[in-house]
Amino acid sequence: MITFDEVTKRYPDGTVAVDRLSLEAPTGEITVLVGPSGCGKTTSLRMINRMIDASEGRILLDGVPVEGIDPPTLRRGIGYVIQQAGLFPHRKIVDNVATVPYLLGWDRRKARDRAMELLERVGLDPSLAGRYPFQLSGGQQQRVGVARALAADPPVLLMDEPFSAVDPIVRTSLQDELLRLQAELNKTIVFVTHDIDEAIKLGDRVAVLRVGGTLAQLADPKTLLSRPADDFVREFLGHDRGIRRLQFVPTSGLELRTDLAVAPGASGPDGEPWHLALTPEGRPAGWVPRDEPERLERYGTFVLGRDSLRSALDAALLSPSGCAVAVDGDGKVVGVATRDALDRALAEAADG
Amino acid sequence: MGSGPPTLWEWIARNWDTGRADSIRNLLLDHLVMSLTPVLFSLLAALPLGLACARWRRLYQPTSGLMNVIYALPSLPVFMLLISVTGLSQTTVIIPLTFYGMAVLIPAVVDGLASVPDHVRQAAVAMGFTPARRLLTVELPIAVPVVLSGLRVVAVSSISLVSVGALIGQGGLGGLFTRAYQNPFTPPVIVGIVLVVALALVADGVLVLAQRLLTPWVRARRPA
Repeated sequence: MITFDEVTKRYPDGTVAVDRLSLEAPTGEITVLVGPSGCGKTTSLRMINRMIDASEGRILLDGVPVEGIDPPTLRRGIGYVIQQAGLFPHRKIVDNVATVPYLLGWDRRKARDRAMELLERVGLDPSLAGRYPFQLSGGQQQRVGVARALAADPPVLLMDEPFSAVDPIVRTSLQDELLRLQAELNKTIVFVTHDIDEAIKLGDRVAVLRVGGTLAQLADPKTLLSRPADDFVREFLGHDRGIRRLQFVPTSGLELRTDLAVAPGASGPDGEPWHLALTPEGRPAGWVPRDEPERLERYGTFVLGRDSLRSALDAALLSPSGCAVAVDGDGKVVGVATRDALDRALAEAADG
Repeated sequence: MGSGPPTLWEWIARNWDTGRADSIRNLLLDHLVMSLTPVLFSLLAALPLGLACARWRRLYQPTSGLMNVIYALPSLPVFMLLISVTGLSQTTVIIPLTFYGMAVLIPAVVDGLASVPDHVRQAAVAMGFTPARRLLTVELPIAVPVVLSGLRVVAVSSISLVSVGALIGQGGLGGLFTRAYQNPFTPPVIVGIVLVVALALVADGVLVLAQRLLTPWVRARRPA
């Protein structure tokens, strides 16, 4: 656990970057620091590994004040990922990843073996190991940056806007990859971003900071969206706060109809404008209109219980029938959520 | 044979290795020593000075100003001045050439270190490099391409400038030019020019090759 205890950073010219910040980043969770530029989020992050020293207050790492730890030693035990990856241009990818193990004096071979293992873990082709950073795309470099931060298996990971310099598609895949890795590794992660959507997607807890380095609100994403502490947080969250909140509403309570899903060869129930044709394996084949039984139309699916109400609504909007197809983890159809069912769930979400 | 002036090839054959100090072979060796020693010394001096200028930025302006003044001094009066200290020796040629080399290499070291991207330096700090290790294993290697291009300029200009030393009797191949001046005769001039240029080309080629071998990551860079 990382504890900020009344931490202030004041520069010699009198500027206050961080003002009496107190917060905890619990072990094994992702804590996101988010806010507009000038809110002291990067400064706060860098005070954890003493790239910047606090003027007042204390930062504790599992109860031990960081000010008492020699900076290089402290930093070798904390993974760090920065925006432009910061890879060493003159070192091959494998040696970039093995940086901290080398610093810790590991045997060269052991360090390289570990680096190869990590390249695979972050989803990179091991054949890239012998290349130089300039030969990789921005997204690949960022993955190498994550692998490098994880190389010595530090319990704590600091990430400073690591995905903001890549295009949106790559960013989404890097975010998903981080969540997947975190599910395996359970690191204590402090993640800095200015992007509230990224904060809500990744954070177990989100700390919203305002300019001048004060904490506006610290909450889990769902609470943040449903009960913003003040106008600043409300404005920072943006206009579609209501829609985004749906991603924290589970689908397990949705009422499903099973009569609309029809096995191959069979005909749909009477009086329904659409029915869902199934494949022999029980997966969705497409929506069939009553008047044209040969036609198959687009459908959208969500995994029942795992995906949120937002995904279910999205799936419904993708199909001409207006219904969302609920599937299980294997992609087999378990039922259909009609507009009426979604309507009732939305009404409940609005109340809750 | 024997009557009339010798042809170019006859002259070369006759003067290549006479065993005397002014044989072409000995002049070539002298030239090599007097031009490459300053390259080595100026590099050895420019590294710590450049590091100091990069570390304490306020040193840089006065240092580079002073080095530029030295660079602007005509070599002949400098030789004359030095003769009173070091005599008519090779040292008299080597000292000013070393300063000229430093005038080019100190800025090259400073610029080379400045070419290290800030995010790379930050990453090195965050990974837990000690300052000394960061300098030796991250910053200096990244500075190598810029320093090497400075070194190429220094090597070529040093090889060319040694010839001026002939005016005090220590010019390596430059001795061939003064000889022709005293006794109008073209083969020594041609041999002198060809050998100086060839030496410069070889030295430059060696440094380009070194650059390829030392910094494969620069060649690997995609064209901008």
